[in-house]
Amino acid sequence: MAEAFAFYTLSVLILGLAVAVITTPNTVHSVVFLVLNFLCVAVLYVFLQAEFLAVIQVLVYAGGIVVLYLFVVMLVNLGRSPEEHQDPRRLGLIGLGLSGAVLLELAGIIAYSYTREQSPPVAAAQASPVQGNIEELGWLLYTDYLIPFEVASVLLLVAMVGAIVLARRES
Amino acid sequence: MMEITPAHYTILSAALFSVGLIGVLVRRNIIIIFMAIELMLNAVNINLVAYANEVENLVGQVFVVFVIAVAAAEAAVGLGIILALFRNKETVNIDEMNVMRS
Repeated sequence: MAEAFAFYTLSVLILGLAVAVITTPNTVHSVVFLVLNFLCVAVLYVFLQAEFLAVIQVLVYAGGIVVLYLFVVMLVNLGRSPEEHQDPRRLGLIGLGLSGAVLLELAGIIAYSYTREQSPPVAAAQASPVQGNIEELGWLLYTDYLIPFEVASVLLLVAMVGAIVLARRES
Repeated sequence: MMEITPAHYTILSAALFSVGLIGVLVRRNIIIIFMAIELMLNAVNINLVAYANEVENLVGQVFVVFVIAVAAAEAAVGLGIILALFRNKETVNIDEMNVMRS
């Protein structure tokens, strides 16, 4: 009962804040709603017993990425609204319709997969030598998924160099 | 209704993904479009974590760690591109960003 109440409250908050992000005319307000949205998703991760991801969500998303967005919003300070220029070739209503079609399609897939016979549960993961969410996640990352982990670090390095090169003023 | 199953999380995830898709397709401010992409990535992450919890297998959570790393890289490079474009064209409206169109 309490879990259901918490889930529905969080769902309403997440969806409402997401709608606020894409409808607010002011970009700074949009960024603030995005932070609140990420924090609500982090609480959802706690309910799903993913404590490490909740911490990462707050640190990386709400702390890092959103600050980056805020910097860009402040740097890109426009005197006029970016929505003023209207391209006659742009068909916003068709985009809205297509998004609705994707939502219907996703709903159809979910409904279809839950009316079908349930497949047998997959075999449980092999017993981990450590206990606790963060310890087990670290164990997986540094044993089975060591190479993807290193590739991700190289990707972040490339992204960092690329961002610096792109944002640098040509002298 | 009172018991929360993975289906509930899937529906929440689908709705959040659709909201992000509407943002990408309808808005013209490129910064808002990037934020909508982050919303879509979050929707996918909710799905992965919900099913990782359901089958009691942490591999889904490992995948989410990689998704977050890629999202951070994407945000850094994307915002660098926005700054470079703004310096040249003085706009963040994607309809005016047509230098590559003949």
